[in-house]
Amino acid sequence: MRIVVAVKQVPDTAEVRIDEERGTLIREGIPSILNPFDEYALEEAMRWRDELGGTVTVMTMGPPQAEAVLREAVSMGADEAILLSDRAFAGADTWATSHTLAKAVEKMGDVDIVMTGKQAIDGDTAQTGPSIAASLDWPQITFVGFVRELNRDSIVAERYVEGGCEVIRSSLPVVITVLKDANTPRLPSLRGKMKSRKIEIPVWGREYLELPEDEVGLDGSPTRVVSITTPEIISNGEIHRGDPAELAKLMVDSLLGTEAF
Amino acid sequence: MNYYLSEELNDLKDLCAKIALKYILPVRAELDEENRFPREIIKVMADSDLCGIYIPEEYGGFAEMFGGGSMALTVATEELSKACGGVAVSYAANALGAMPILISGSEEQKKKYLPDLASGKKLAAFALTESEAGSDAGGVKTKAVKDGDSYVLNGTKQWITNGGEAQIYTVIAQTDPSRGARGLSAFIVEEGTPGFSYGKKEDKMGIRASSTMELIFEDCRIPASNLIAREGHGFLVAMRTLNKSRPGVAAQAVGIAQGALDEAAKYASERVQFGQRIDSFQGIQFMLADMATQVEAARALVYSTSRMIDSGERKYEKESAMAKVFASDVAMKVTTDAVQILGGYGYMKEYPVEKMMRDAKITQIYEGTNQIQRSVIASALIKETAARGK
Repeated sequence: MRIVVAVKQVPDTAEVRIDEERGTLIREGIPSILNPFDEYALEEAMRWRDELGGTVTVMTMGPPQAEAVLREAVSMGADEAILLSDRAFAGADTWATSHTLAKAVEKMGDVDIVMTGKQAIDGDTAQTGPSIAASLDWPQITFVGFVRELNRDSIVAERYVEGGCEVIRSSLPVVITVLKDANTPRLPSLRGKMKSRKIEIPVWGREYLELPEDEVGLDGSPTRVVSITTPEIISNGEIHRGDPAELAKLMVDSLLGTEAF
Repeated sequence: MNYYLSEELNDLKDLCAKIALKYILPVRAELDEENRFPREIIKVMADSDLCGIYIPEEYGGFAEMFGGGSMALTVATEELSKACGGVAVSYAANALGAMPILISGSEEQKKKYLPDLASGKKLAAFALTESEAGSDAGGVKTKAVKDGDSYVLNGTKQWITNGGEAQIYTVIAQTDPSRGARGLSAFIVEEGTPGFSYGKKEDKMGIRASSTMELIFEDCRIPASNLIAREGHGFLVAMRTLNKSRPGVAAQAVGIAQGALDEAAKYASERVQFGQRIDSFQGIQFMLADMATQVEAARALVYSTSRMIDSGERKYEKESAMAKVFASDVAMKVTTDAVQILGGYGYMKEYPVEKMMRDAKITQIYEGTNQIQRSVIASALIKETAARGK
């Protein structure tokens, strides 16, 4: 069983500040970490590798410093790592990113499953996983909260959707995106840390992946981020003090005055 | 202060900090309240390879990676102790239990016992103390009598850390009562050996997450090959073990003190009285300044001692005692002052500093009381002075 886990390096907080003028994230001074949701995907991959045998390959697309999250994943137990890095990849949107990741999966050749976190905590799109599947023309199961069965030919997973749970069986190869309900990610081990210091991480660029220039990076991106702003706070809510009867009356009057009634 | 730790030691420290944050902090009050051994947390530590940091590679450990084991144990124990002194000692007591085998065991004993300890599959405990043999280790009454290919043990050990949780016990017993301390010998006793049972579990003031138990030996027959070193070498084995393990207690004390200092500094930055933060009052500032200075001085002494041990120095009894005395006295003082800074809140169980104060006390008592340590330091000093006089 060969499982590829697509991970992302993200800023270490959900509360990054925004440069209002430029419409971009201010990344200076904010440490980078492995996207927390990807830890669940990695743990799920390692859990099944430990049970069925095989290898877990972590892969990310990003600048050279994104290698740090690959080493972290190796310290947690991933077997090998691949960095997709090329100046030509810069400015990629989710389509170009997943297209590049999908090409790398094809290049590896014998991949049974691609796992990834349900979304990244910076972009919050949840598009990359499904888009990898689309690009590879593989089936996909998103928002997986529990993998019931996995063998050489098929997977049965519980997909947690609003108000319910779908149980889906799929043939392999498949792409799944994993929720935090799935497992408790393990911590790094000293053996893993040792390995992560020594491991050589190949860097694959555009030419190696045989991708035309207009399918990667900014040129290959059909979408543009026009601006990023913090929404204005429209209502701050109200605080009333008083005895319960008075407050109840106030609340009912207020609710009756709204369009809901 | 920057101690220029190696990349490996920094990794170890980060790993321990992660374990503390994720697994210890959320449950430390509960473990303390319920007097409960942190089995799940020890399992997490084992999975992260922490149980083997002081054991050489050939027996499944990682000591070489850290340039020896002492600094690694110190760094790990300190980091874990910041969160909980009880969980940290449950971890560190394994090293104490394994130390007699590591220092004086035969090749066969090392091969048999150390790999399972390095992987965390088994836990260890060191059993010296008895009801009438504390500071006076020569007063051990537990007897070991040779009978063919076996020794037969009879007696009761008291206050054994990791008692009831460990599977491998290193036990000091009397093989020749006529010779006092020189008649002591060290043995390995495995859990489940007929005649070996556990007595009462102690209800302690602090470090309540740790297990402290009586070990009872009634005609407990063990193979003669479980004798560590030679008959009559037990006292020496015990002293060598304690000299090497004392920086661990000192590191525990530094960690507890640092944890209390962090809580006090944080509280002082948030608590407002007379319309201003209390860390703007010089009375509080001077207390915090003294606490921080004492903790740093203690840490510097402990690290220096551990580095001395790792460098292969053979004599470090005095430094080891100094580190333990100083750090544990600092821990008691700093935790007491932390409670003072938090005032009434500090005295309540909603805040962690009262526990830290209770946890700190034992560091002045166990692995040799601070009074015994001062005797050790003084006697080394007197010897050095006499040597200079010649």
